[in-house]
Amino acid sequence: MHPVKRLCPNYDPRPALNRYLAIVPAHNEAGAITSTVAEIHTFAPDFDVLVVDDGSTDATASRAEAAGAQVVCLPFNLGIGGAVQTGYVYAQEHGYQVAVQIDGDGQHDPRYIPDLLHRLQSEERLNMVTGSRFLESHTDGHRSSAPRRVGITIFARLVSMITRRRVTDPTSGLRMTNRVGIELFARDYPHDYPEVEAILMMHAHRLESCEIPVRMRPRTSGVSAISSTQPVYYMVKVLLAVFIGLFRSHPTVEPGDTPISAEHAL
Amino acid sequence: MAHQRIIAIAISAGLLLLILELVRRKRLMERYALLWLVSTLVLLVLSVWSGLLSSLASALGISYPPSALFAVAFGVVLILLVHFSLAVSRLSDQNKVLAQRLGILQRRVHEQNEHLERLSKRVGIGPGLESDEPAPYTERLTRTS
Repeated sequence: MHPVKRLCPNYDPRPALNRYLAIVPAHNEAGAITSTVAEIHTFAPDFDVLVVDDGSTDATASRAEAAGAQVVCLPFNLGIGGAVQTGYVYAQEHGYQVAVQIDGDGQHDPRYIPDLLHRLQSEERLNMVTGSRFLESHTDGHRSSAPRRVGITIFARLVSMITRRRVTDPTSGLRMTNRVGIELFARDYPHDYPEVEAILMMHAHRLESCEIPVRMRPRTSGVSAISSTQPVYYMVKVLLAVFIGLFRSHPTVEPGDTPISAEHAL
Repeated sequence: MAHQRIIAIAISAGLLLLILELVRRKRLMERYALLWLVSTLVLLVLSVWSGLLSSLASALGISYPPSALFAVAFGVVLILLVHFSLAVSRLSDQNKVLAQRLGILQRRVHEQNEHLERLSKRVGIGPGLESDEPAPYTERLTRTS
């Protein structure tokens, strides 16, 4: 039984006008959200924009709405995993065929959305395309601070080893999924720091993902979700989740599958 | 002595495996598993390396090593309890916010339904009152509450 379906059994989703959705998680990003939404409208006019306001205490929601986005306001901060999954549940219920995650802080350049879409649709077997900062050796983009790059490299090695595919940027939140990926993430998405685990989930469910090179920008406002005290927790939590994920059974996901809750999985 | 040590190792290892299995089944979130994993690992190390407890006790000035174990265990349990109190406080606060939001939303839906009914009565079309269709879910929710 799907939690959202259980809440509203007579729920009749509006038919999606566009088949594509841009999911923009935003927590106190009033300074950057207007330009992010405007850029998505400019560079990817086929995409509906859904801003998931993750319990912001500033004007993020009203500015997003004024910029022409659909806005879902979470009553309190769920963290990036919960916010992004809200977007996937929305995409699943409204019948979107493709969903792309774009951070609300302006680090992700919406110019790459058409490239991601082109790559996703170029091969039928592909279920997810991630924008990687490290795939090409251009050095002018923003590639995170040195200590973070060490962590990213460790995760990249680990994920590449497990999936037996070259993964250069497993922590990138700029990624696009097709309908199968939407169904999977609407059903199950990692809680804290979800990006690395999400790639491994795709792999474990026998879904294909790949990367294309992108350049990212330094954030224009707000603060990172990963503060200075948390990198240790980040590393340990993700390593534990990756390790335990190896021992989970993962059925293949098909569109229209009945979602499984934690109780049913036992 | 060797016999007791094997039992101690088996219990600590079993506890460690239990925590890992609960995380695997998604019954326990990683966030809450980490503290348990650290404590069971400490237990495991203490039971494997039995000399450690004695040296730890003498370093702390405790003549009876099991007392040192109790002191450490008490400290760990205290930290776990504070951790859970924090988690419960956060959950009750979030629960309160959810209940408030739901109540306000119910009220808003109720108002909009009444508004719709008035409008359709005035115009004589739209979702008629004699309709065989069941009332929308949100309306039933408001009526039963």
